[in-house]
Amino acid sequence: MAVVEVRNLTKVFGEVLAVDGISFAVEESNFLILLGPSGCGKTTILRMIAGLEIPTSGEIYIKDRLVFSSKKGIFVPARKRGVGLVFQSYALWPHMTVFENIAFGLKVKRLKPSDIKEKVEKVLDFMKLEGMTNRYPQEMSGGQQQRVALARMLVSAPDIFLMDEPLSNLDAKLRLEMRADIKNLHRETGATTVYVTHDQVEGMTMASEIAVLNHGIIEQLEQPKKVYHLPSSLFVADFIGSPTINKIEGITALAEEGEGIVEIEFENMLLATSYRQISPGRKVMAAIRPENISLVTAPGKNTLQVQVNTVLPAGAETILQVSHSKLQFNILLTRETDLEVGEKINIYLPPEKILIFDRESAELLPNIS
Amino acid sequence: MVQGEKEDIRIKFSRLRNYIRQPHIIISLVLLLLLLFIVLIPFIKMVKDSFIWHFGDTRLSRSARPGSFTIFHWRRILASQITRNVLLRPLLNSLSTALGVSFFALIIGALLAWLLTRTDLPFRRLLATLAVLPYVIPSYIHALAWLTLFKNDRIGGAVGIFQYFFNLSPPNWLSYGYFPIVLTLSIHYFPYTFLLLSASLSSIDSRLEESGEILGATRSYILRRITFPLVIPALLSSFILTFSRALGIFGTPYFLGSPVRFFTLSTQIYSSITNRIPAAGYILALMLVAISSTVIYINQRIIGRRKGFVTIAGKGFRASLTPLGRLKYPALFLVVALLIISVLLPLVLLVWQTLTLYPGDYSLDNLSLLFWIGRGNTEFAEGEAGILRNPAIIKAAWNSIKLALTAAVLSGFIGIFIGYAVVKGRNTKLANSVEQIFFLPYLVPGIAFGALYLSLFTHRIGPIPALYGTFFLVALVCIAKNLPFTGRAGITAMLQIGNELEEASEIAGARWSTRFRRIILPLSIRGALAGFILVFITVMRELSLIILLVTPKTRTLTTMTFRYQEQGYTQFSSAISVLIVLIVVVGELISRKMGKKSII
Repeated sequence: MAVVEVRNLTKVFGEVLAVDGISFAVEESNFLILLGPSGCGKTTILRMIAGLEIPTSGEIYIKDRLVFSSKKGIFVPARKRGVGLVFQSYALWPHMTVFENIAFGLKVKRLKPSDIKEKVEKVLDFMKLEGMTNRYPQEMSGGQQQRVALARMLVSAPDIFLMDEPLSNLDAKLRLEMRADIKNLHRETGATTVYVTHDQVEGMTMASEIAVLNHGIIEQLEQPKKVYHLPSSLFVADFIGSPTINKIEGITALAEEGEGIVEIEFENMLLATSYRQISPGRKVMAAIRPENISLVTAPGKNTLQVQVNTVLPAGAETILQVSHSKLQFNILLTRETDLEVGEKINIYLPPEKILIFDRESAELLPNIS
Repeated sequence: MVQGEKEDIRIKFSRLRNYIRQPHIIISLVLLLLLLFIVLIPFIKMVKDSFIWHFGDTRLSRSARPGSFTIFHWRRILASQITRNVLLRPLLNSLSTALGVSFFALIIGALLAWLLTRTDLPFRRLLATLAVLPYVIPSYIHALAWLTLFKNDRIGGAVGIFQYFFNLSPPNWLSYGYFPIVLTLSIHYFPYTFLLLSASLSSIDSRLEESGEILGATRSYILRRITFPLVIPALLSSFILTFSRALGIFGTPYFLGSPVRFFTLSTQIYSSITNRIPAAGYILALMLVAISSTVIYINQRIIGRRKGFVTIAGKGFRASLTPLGRLKYPALFLVVALLIISVLLPLVLLVWQTLTLYPGDYSLDNLSLLFWIGRGNTEFAEGEAGILRNPAIIKAAWNSIKLALTAAVLSGFIGIFIGYAVVKGRNTKLANSVEQIFFLPYLVPGIAFGALYLSLFTHRIGPIPALYGTFFLVALVCIAKNLPFTGRAGITAMLQIGNELEEASEIAGARWSTRFRRIILPLSIRGALAGFILVFITVMRELSLIILLVTPKTRTLTTMTFRYQEQGYTQFSSAISVLIVLIVVVGELISRKMGKKSII
């Protein structure tokens, strides 16, 4: 059973189309990440699911209950949807203590004070916030505030967890810790989660599914691995992965007879790929991830002589920026190197790692091999 | 087919219902309705009333038939033998005094702002606190003090201190009319320029000036070419806003102008209405509104256009201070002298006057506390008791406080709702119209606003009884007039709270009333409370707005001052004024304690 289902959801702000008729479903206990650059509509989608924004059209189901339908004129307000939401700013009430912040939702539901106390203490314990009950939010660190915000959501045991960039206000180290905490939280509670972020690493590490959004539409919705290795469009390929994927503009050429492998012609050179059955003469973009390029000593098939422009050592990894006439490549080496700027080296682009996109539609071409 | 259409209507209806059910939409609609009643309908009614015959009009024309339509009044004001005296002269006087006031206020205020924010003048902080006081005390205080000093014997009544000591009768131009009006009002209004400009000056990033210095510019070059252009918007704005305020002021031109038949539009409105030619008053009030709106509209345009390069925002920067060198102490002397003349001297003069038994005799053996604590002596002021034990005055004081409190609390509350509706519905047409329409009372000068309410509420309209003469009406006009300020305060408070805090409580399952009570109100109350005090002070010293609406039953301290002054019991009027100043200054100090800036 899908816990959240969205059909043809559209939101127009004035004349701006923020969300353009998207549909998706989140199954029980799944962790869906809405990933995209700022302004892609991801937060708007989350707010529409929460009931904080009235969609322009479409339908939203939560646990098979229709909570919004433009056709039927149904709009269930946020407080009756049974969702939990963690805000980017945490939105802790500054005039209430930690205890009061967490207890608020239970008080509103008119629970007995003794029950409230018990539940709040349990969740404080769970979030490792013991001893903080009487603090005010402003007296706590960012990480602690974040935990309070999570505790406040947890205590009402909502059907869905919604999170709007919850880690973007934390420093890098804390972000890493909290990322693990949220992942554990999800594993322990098994709650269906929709999580919004623009940070692709968060997306890759936490999600069971990623929806990559661009200009109000979903470009791709699949498991993180698939999104990474088989991005459905140039936008996804570009957006996911750091350093950015390498792109080579070219035209398909017919490969040597018998092999049926498509080659790409660029700058009077040929690049072999593992693709078959693509008609020659098509305008395409070949792409390869930085970690898939390797350094070789001797020139050969699919190798290229390049010049080293920048060497960026980062401990265990090294990022090289190299160029071949107008072409630029990022290369990610999982080792240290003593290469010098200006040096000439040979790089190898393995055919099976090369993806081909159509230049017109920007879509990935199917690789039937 | 028919079924489908029905369905369609049902869906449209439920969509509309979903839209309207959002709290900020409901609040916006209620606010707009409220506004309709407190601003638009009075306005329409006043326009309408200027086109009909009134009961008193039978004195003006035999053909007057009360209640029926006529353009007589418009023709009388705009094109008749009296046009010159009733319209043109007052109009010219209004414009020329307002122009003079805003010019001098600008010069004094700007210079003071620069001295107190950008130079190494000693005691800057203390002086800056004191520099606001001339604006905090009621504007007519300066007029009354002026009379105490320079009143001559040509008009009648007791003479002022000058004539008493020098035995010289000051010429009329010095005692009354254009010169003293411009002078006293300039003294009253310069803090306004001072506040606007020092805010603007102290928020200029001094790095802008320092980079000029690094490039080798001299101090005066930097002042002319960098600092000055940056504060031009603030300068223009304070000029224009002072102009529009001076245009609508009533007390000062009345006290200083009327004795020599120097009328401005506002005093002309008052005399038309008290002479029971209300339509004439309404027409003049409409003109005042028109001029004032135009002026403020121009200001909005200028500010809007110049917004682009206003670097003036956000945190205060550490400003680099210009050393005054040898001019340091002369400058300090001038500033102190200005503050003494504009604050201390008027108060001392007034207090002195309250202590004179026989008016016009300023010798030591004429000193008495009769007008403060006397039991009442038939020889003086018809036997009225001193103000501290005079039941009529105590009643008026109570009325004033009641009025100020009511207006402050209610307009403060409405302000919170305005803030909520505007911030929540940010960038929607509805929210924008709420924001703009609540600005309207700002365009209507005080006396004209009073006239609006006079025209509407003297008669019973449908279910609403004739409110004239009730406390409610006086309170209503004070609430309405202050909404632009409390609304602005409400918007600022709501912007600081932000949307998410309320949304978080909605997610937690709270209905709107709970969200408002538990989240929005507690978080905005601090900002609103400072607003309460500002409105309290404003209403406490209000004269122009309520002078047309107050009846003996609803008299306030300010209107008592006015009455006593008219009757020539200047000791009483001065004593009450001193009382008002005390209350107002205490209020101002409290509001400062609460971290809120002064009244603007």
